[in-house]
Amino acid sequence: MNLTVSDLNPYLVLILVGFLPNEIWRWLGVFFARRIDEESEVMVWVRAVATAILAGVIAQLVLTPPGALASLPLWIRLAAIATGFAVFLAVRRSVFLGVLCGEAALVGLSLAFGS
Amino acid sequence: MTEELQPVETMTSVAAFWRGMIAAGRSVFVYVLFGTFIGYGALAHDLGFSVLWSLVSTALIWAGPAQVIVVSALGSGSTLVQAAIAVALSGIRLMPMVVALLPVVKTAQTRPWHLLASAHFIAVSMWVESFRLIPQIPRERRLAFCNGLGFGLMVPALAATALGYALAAKLPPVLASAVLFITPIAFLCSTARNSRVLVDKLALVFGLVLAPVFAYAEFDLDLLLAGVTAGTLAYGCHRVREAMR
Repeated sequence: MNLTVSDLNPYLVLILVGFLPNEIWRWLGVFFARRIDEESEVMVWVRAVATAILAGVIAQLVLTPPGALASLPLWIRLAAIATGFAVFLAVRRSVFLGVLCGEAALVGLSLAFGS
Repeated sequence: MTEELQPVETMTSVAAFWRGMIAAGRSVFVYVLFGTFIGYGALAHDLGFSVLWSLVSTALIWAGPAQVIVVSALGSGSTLVQAAIAVALSGIRLMPMVVALLPVVKTAQTRPWHLLASAHFIAVSMWVESFRLIPQIPRERRLAFCNGLGFGLMVPALAATALGYALAAKLPPVLASAVLFITPIAFLCSTARNSRVLVDKLALVFGLVLAPVFAYAEFDLDLLLAGVTAGTLAYGCHRVREAMR
């Protein structure tokens, strides 16, 4: 139950944890090719949980990031993601502009206030 | 029905595959994927995975959210079971995509294992482009076209994974941080854009708030528990709103 990535061969982990749990849904789609009602209650709940898990990973990447990003102060990371998201919301919900402005804020603030 | 009457001999399977690859190169998604997978490659580098592992993961998983969940969860020391369940929950959305696309591409002669191989290419970007372009392709060649489309999107994604990995390793810290920052900002914006109804928007907000709280409280399985709690809470709000109508 408590195995982590360091306990097994990393490629075995990739197959067991990354490939199979994802690919199984493609296989099930091929073999049980019945129309699935995407607005059914179960699918609405599944989509909500999947969205929330991804949101959790996003929060984790900003609050406790890996590697180089961790060397920047927390306030810069938060200010940058807030800037990017605000631009995304303000300008035609453009993901491209949101990413661009978030990145510009991150680099700009780091150069101005970073170590 | 007109496309059914078009003689199949006018397009070989190879030509259809090639046409799919060209369509991928012209798709706006190729740029989106390129940027996203640069971020993924950088993330995999900084979480301690090898470049080969990162490339194999892109080819085998071929679903951005699942890949980010896998490397983040494993890289931060989550248990394998928690990571696998989180991936499985994020992968369920692939099933209705496969179910919707396959009847449009298969013929009576199509072998099931061919479909399994083709289904592997199905991800959001490829799925959207398939439905847009497939009416121009004779039915007998649609599978080859879709394979070409999927392959044509995957190859740039693989190149971007390697590029992001190299950039994270070689760039000075501020720029390496910027490459690493692509994943959270891009996924936040694209998830928000894909959240068209209230329940999805609430799930996004609740997930952003609850995951750090659960992580801070050092619950076991914090990522999974936070996701299920936040998602169920959002679903509950949706049910209450429906009931009040």
